[in-house]
Amino acid sequence: MTAPLIPSHYQIQPLSNGRLELQLGGDWVIGNAIPSLNEVKKSLYQYQNISYIVINSHSLGNWDSRLVSFVLRLTEVLSKDNISLDITDLPSGIQSLIRLATTVSARKDTHKKKTQPSFATQLGQKAISSMAEVQKFTTFIGEVYLSMARFIQGKARFRNQDFWQVVQECGPSALPIITLISLLMGLILAFMGAIQLRLFGADIYVANLVAIGMTREMGAMMTAIIMAGRTGASFAAKLGTMQVNEEINAFKTMGIAAMDFLILPRILALTLMMPLLTIYSDVIGILGGLLIGIGVMDISVVEYYLQTQQSITLVDWSTGIFKSSVYGLLIAIIGCMSGIQCGRSASAVGIATTTAVVRSIVIIIVADAIFTLLFESLGI
Amino acid sequence: MAQKAHITVNDLTMAYGDFVIQQNLSFTVNKEDIFIIMGGSGCGKSTLLRLLVGLKQPKNGSVFYQNTNFWQANEQQRNEIMRKNGILYQSGALWSSMTLAENIALPLAEYTDLSTVEISELVSLKLALVGLSGFEDYFPSEISGGMQKRAGLARAIALDPDILFFDEPSAGLDPVSAKLLDDLILELRDSLGATIIIVTHELASIFAIGNNSIFLDADSKTMIAVGDPNILLQESKDPKVRQFLTRGKTYLSEQYS
Ligand SMILES: Nc1ncnc2c1ncn2[C@@H]1O[C@H](COP(=O)(O)OP(=O)(O)OP(=O)(O)O)[C@@H](O)[C@H]1O
Ligand SMILES: [Mg+2]
Repeated sequence: MTAPLIPSHYQIQPLSNGRLELQLGGDWVIGNAIPSLNEVKKSLYQYQNISYIVINSHSLGNWDSRLVSFVLRLTEVLSKDNISLDITDLPSGIQSLIRLATTVSARKDTHKKKTQPSFATQLGQKAISSMAEVQKFTTFIGEVYLSMARFIQGKARFRNQDFWQVVQECGPSALPIITLISLLMGLILAFMGAIQLRLFGADIYVANLVAIGMTREMGAMMTAIIMAGRTGASFAAKLGTMQVNEEINAFKTMGIAAMDFLILPRILALTLMMPLLTIYSDVIGILGGLLIGIGVMDISVVEYYLQTQQSITLVDWSTGIFKSSVYGLLIAIIGCMSGIQCGRSASAVGIATTTAVVRSIVIIIVADAIFTLLFESLGI
Repeated sequence: MAQKAHITVNDLTMAYGDFVIQQNLSFTVNKEDIFIIMGGSGCGKSTLLRLLVGLKQPKNGSVFYQNTNFWQANEQQRNEIMRKNGILYQSGALWSSMTLAENIALPLAEYTDLSTVEISELVSLKLALVGLSGFEDYFPSEISGGMQKRAGLARAIALDPDILFFDEPSAGLDPVSAKLLDDLILELRDSLGATIIIVTHELASIFAIGNNSIFLDADSKTMIAVGDPNILLQESKDPKVRQFLTRGKTYLSEQYS
């Protein structure tokens, strides 16, 4: 459909007293090779004492931005040597584009310095920025504390429906995945135990292993990790997007504390729902163990039930539940903090979400280690 | 100038699911027209634009680009057509993780075989055209809303498009910047020879630059006027069109007379 491109070319014709004519021909378009500026400049400068160059475009074919860009740069180069370029012969479209491009002169103060700092500088900057991180984190914790205090005094305002929606999202909606993971967790624990315990003929103790393992450790831990990936990430993404859209600023300027309105309901909801999810997870995990017990090891349902009942105490349940509450608080705080401190771009939302998940998981494991030591030394 | 049809719309119906927004739309946009899509808020202007540029499929009817029926064409033809469109989105829609230069360079790198140096020269030219020389290394979040809009325009014209679409280009701009943007649109039309389609409420620019238009109505769910807005202002008898084009003055004077 389109005609083949004619190669672009140029020719220089000396006129009288220091004037040159630059003849442009062919198609000067994207997709066609065009002469480089240096080459044209070199051929022009072969002539001595030039002060004026006029462009002749009689044999010029098609053109687009490439020609405009070429002429613009040629003008710049020539004007440095006080040579004027006459472009009145060019098509009027090019002339008006060139006028447009030169009306607003480049801002001088805009160029950013791009220097590669030395290793020591980088290290120092890293240290300073980690300090700033820590400071931000403690400030945030302080704000959460103040907000909680306002809530207890009945002064914090948020919409009930928001709260219930978060409860829905981080409670019932998480049940399917928690069911799946906990059931598999119970199966795995029981199976691993079964192989070892069978050596001693102590099959029935599989029930103890699963029950204690789930209630004290795995129930809370697995639920926390699932919720970090599910809800912590969603808090960060939601608040981060609100930050990008200036919705958070809109709250601030209306005098509504984002802390009370957005973050408090999330923290409360997750802290309240985590223990419930953990109890559920414990029960499902024990059921998983039961499946192995009756399916693989010929233990009857009643035996397994009685053994389980004997093996765990209220203390086991409550350590798990207490831990899960703390995990919930940590996940919510980290998720919300990453979201609210998000930058103002799409990639910043991605970073905020990743940070939220990674930090939550790390902190859950660390907290679990601390709890284990603590309970050990307290003899619980 | 001989009037050549660039986009022809035949008996178009647009809907979200079963909810019809507009129906029986038929109009022609000629080459080098500045075509205005106007109408009250929520009547479906942005939807029509989305449909024309190929982001949304019509429920019924056809959109012709010159002689090609867009929605009957194959994937490759459609991409070909879409590539020749430049679109300025209402919010700029610059890619926030790239600098202005990278935003404009991306389509050039994608669709041409220019070298990096050649691309950066073109990028500087496009930024200079919209008055943003020197802002190459800025991120979209570091410049003002009006500047983002101009940068969006620079990206829209990166590939020297045949048709430029604008969704409310002057919304959020001060009157002087809005006027400058209008001038820029006119300049670009004249120098690039592009066809321009604009959704706008800005009466000043409708009359200043538009030479063809359609008026969509939300109640009757169809177009109720078509033609040069200046002529519509003088000749249209439809009270809704008159009310819109006179900022409600006729409506009030008729009410109180
Ligand atoms: N994604 C969507 N799903 C369902 N309905 C939609 C969707 N987007 C828009 N609508 C409906 O389509 C109608 C037209 O919307 P559109 O955005 O095209 O209006 P508009 O004319 O551009 O208005 P404005 O001038 O306010 O921008 C509205 O009634 C809106 O409710
Ligand atoms: Mg709109």
